[in-house]
Amino acid sequence: MKLVLKGLTKVYPARGKKGKPVTAVDHFDFEIPDGKLIGLLGPSGCGKSTTLYLICGLEKPTDGKLYFGEDDVTDLPPENRGVGLVFQNYALYPHLTVEQNITFPLENLKKAERPTKEEMHTRAVEAAKLVQIDGLMERKPSELSGGQQQRVAIARALVKMPRVLLLDEPLSNLDARLRLQTREEIRRIQRETGITTIFVTHDQEEAMSISDMIVVMKDGVVHQIGKPQEVYDDPVNLFVAKFLGTPPINTFDGHVKDGALYIGDAKVLETPGVEDREVYVGIRPEGFRLSPDGPLVCDLTGVDVMGRDTSVVSTHAASRDVNVRSIIDSEDAATITGKQVRFTLRPSKVLLFDHETEERIRYGNK
Amino acid sequence: MEKRTEYQKIEKDAARKDRIFHGVIYFALTVWAILVLFPFYWMLLSSVKSYSAYTAERIPKFYTLHPTLQNYVDAFTQVALGKYFLNTLIFTVLTTALMLVVIVLAAFAFARLEFKGKNLIFTLFLSLMMIPNELVVITNFVTITNWNLRNSFTGLILPSVTSVFYIYLLKENFEQIPDSLYLAAKVDGTTDFKYLMRVMIPISKPTIVTVVILKVIECWNSYVWPRLITDDKNYFLVSNGIQEIRENGFGRENIPAMMAAVVSVSIPLIVLFLIFRNKIMAGVSRGGTKG
Amino acid sequence: METNNRKAWLYLIPAFVFLGLFMVYPLVDVFIYSFEEGYNFASESFFGTGLYNYSYVLHDPYFLQAIKNTFLMVIITVPISTGLSLLISLALSSIKPLQNLFQTIYFLPYVTNTLAVGLVFMILFRKTPYSDGMVNRLILFFGGRSVDFIEGPYWAKMFVFCFYIIWVVMPFKILILTSALASVNPMYYKAAKVDGTPKWRVFTKITLPMISPMIFYLVITGFIGAFKSYSDAVALFGTNLNSAGMNTIVGYVYDMLYGDSGGYPSYASAAAIILFVIVLTITCINLMVSKKHVQY
Repeated sequence: MKLVLKGLTKVYPARGKKGKPVTAVDHFDFEIPDGKLIGLLGPSGCGKSTTLYLICGLEKPTDGKLYFGEDDVTDLPPENRGVGLVFQNYALYPHLTVEQNITFPLENLKKAERPTKEEMHTRAVEAAKLVQIDGLMERKPSELSGGQQQRVAIARALVKMPRVLLLDEPLSNLDARLRLQTREEIRRIQRETGITTIFVTHDQEEAMSISDMIVVMKDGVVHQIGKPQEVYDDPVNLFVAKFLGTPPINTFDGHVKDGALYIGDAKVLETPGVEDREVYVGIRPEGFRLSPDGPLVCDLTGVDVMGRDTSVVSTHAASRDVNVRSIIDSEDAATITGKQVRFTLRPSKVLLFDHETEERIRYGNK
Repeated sequence: MEKRTEYQKIEKDAARKDRIFHGVIYFALTVWAILVLFPFYWMLLSSVKSYSAYTAERIPKFYTLHPTLQNYVDAFTQVALGKYFLNTLIFTVLTTALMLVVIVLAAFAFARLEFKGKNLIFTLFLSLMMIPNELVVITNFVTITNWNLRNSFTGLILPSVTSVFYIYLLKENFEQIPDSLYLAAKVDGTTDFKYLMRVMIPISKPTIVTVVILKVIECWNSYVWPRLITDDKNYFLVSNGIQEIRENGFGRENIPAMMAAVVSVSIPLIVLFLIFRNKIMAGVSRGGTKG
Repeated sequence: METNNRKAWLYLIPAFVFLGLFMVYPLVDVFIYSFEEGYNFASESFFGTGLYNYSYVLHDPYFLQAIKNTFLMVIITVPISTGLSLLISLALSSIKPLQNLFQTIYFLPYVTNTLAVGLVFMILFRKTPYSDGMVNRLILFFGGRSVDFIEGPYWAKMFVFCFYIIWVVMPFKILILTSALASVNPMYYKAAKVDGTPKWRVFTKITLPMISPMIFYLVITGFIGAFKSYSDAVALFGTNLNSAGMNTIVGYVYDMLYGDSGGYPSYASAAAIILFVIVLTITCINLMVSKKHVQY
């Protein structure tokens, strides 16, 4: 089922006499296609969790509309929306067993829809099998590992056969190894059930790795929506460019003169079609290439070999960050000598942004 | 070589000092334990001495060779001790049950629901904790008398129901349950009341049990209010019963039978204490004061 | 949120009803009573307002006796019980074997009926024409002179009264102090031990400052509790405390309200408010002192 958000807005009233009203979500427009896995991405406090709560009905929007398929659900109470929500801390009932936790939502159903005891058990086992915890049905949450609790929470959300599954920071309470494993697991479960799934995260890597589409938010405003690779390659502004990618994009002060980009005094790139102006220059770490006569000259501070790749850390007077991080092939790294490194730049990895608005400035064929 | 003997001497001295220190401590602790236990021993002992044997002892003896249970029979037949027990039981059960309903609902409202003026009202609630019972008991006495509820369970129970402190204790406990549990339940369509019954109360069971035990102790030992509000022996609680036995007794001053009554009154709570020892002590140290 | 509003009140109604009827209303009422002169219980009428009730109570020799008894008892029992419980708690926390057993025994008086055990104390301490009683036998054994602690001289009665009160309040204090001692991080003691700090110094420099908030808490609640003593006195000296000369302020309030000399809610109210003022003043003084001395 597709989800339509139309101008969805949430304003929290001012707290205290001096406080100002806070706009948590500002005119969110988005049509979520059926059966996709969507990652809502942004720094903490950007309104992504509020968006999730608006979709599941725990919060009422101040303005705007929300449709599930063709149905307007803007004012529908959560229990009538057919949504499953998995909380960051899983919110399992500590005094109930795994099975009782999973069947808890079913017991709330009204008379006619309410399954019999046997049906409940069957459905609980089904949901448990899907997330591979069917061997733990009699345990209490405190006897489970973090990963297992997560699965129970997902099973509890799935048992109602929701039209939409919502996950709030599903991986943030897991350790690094489990995180990788669980994100594949979420992908698999989503594929198997085909339920439209939205998950919230502040970890761009997590979002990029499993989402069909990502939504980048900041301060309640949606900055960009798109396929992960598209958003990475073609960010609309400096914020999005900085937020995606590890190591993060390097930024420089630069200027354009006569259709060419200068960083400091060095002419580093042809940028046809851009008028003369001051710009921010964003260069992805993989956009640097070692070259003995490259125009961009940086002072070398260190070389970290990371297997196939090598990270070269250097400084540059025009850099807006402390260090310039570039990723190059380990084989090329052997050629580094002396205290300076010289780079040429790959045009597709160099992004220009307006000095005032930080909006992207396009050049060439982009 | 000399160094070593010196060390040995130090070691020896330290060990001896330690032994003396511990010896003194155990001795002191035992003395206090005897002081605490002696009245209990004495009442138990006196309660199994026969009346004639007891009165014949000009110098009280620390033991008896002919224990008898006759005094217990007397205590339950010659005075209405059984009735007092029953009354106390009814009073305790009803008061505690009513209190539970009242405090659970109030604590839930304060902990979970949002409403206008919540903080102000809660602060007013807390300030009520400082009001001494002696100040309000006068009007309560007049109120209950005017309502013609003297010598009735209703009159005994009503003013004893509320406890601001327990509302506070339970509210604190409810607030420790993460918000996400409530939101999860909301998404699943759980009503507030069902959430309270199915999730909050089971999770807070330890605290609720503690509150119940403390209230039971309080009820079982309450003396002042029952004394004010009852003069009909049919409504006496055990405390008043003991006082009545002491003053009008068994026709004559029958100390062994009195002691049998005292033992009977003391045993239920002591048994309760021995079973729930940890819960009671934890509950009391969390802020219960006697009465 | 609006719907929540009404529902919240629904949950609060029972508490409001009970608290309103039996706490807030009486609180207001007791002040009114205390200023109504010549209040008649039967006709619920009075003939004037003013301070007469207070003046009557303050000139009543029974009340003055009760004040004297209460103050004397408070001044004796609070320091002794606090100090003794501190010693016992220290001893308790320095041992391992039998600690649990001792703790359980020491707590027993808390769960016993004050009236019932008071009766036992009365029997242990009194002296009748037939028998000297347990305690007097002990005194005689050590070469003293026997005395009737229950109906004898004032000092003897005061002694047994204080003794019983201390016996009754000790469990609570021991419990609070042992848990306070147990919550002191053992790291400090280990550090002190490595430095060879003498036991007394450890106590005054580490233990005492750490548990000082709890000690002050006990002193404050101890004062409040002791000022409200009543059933302990009844247990030892019977219901007619005035004639025994052992009445307490609270006892005076109740006697004014009900019983052989009762029926005067106005006097009772005035006495109760005087008690409240005394307790409040002493608590404030305590709080001010503790602010100065409690380390954190």
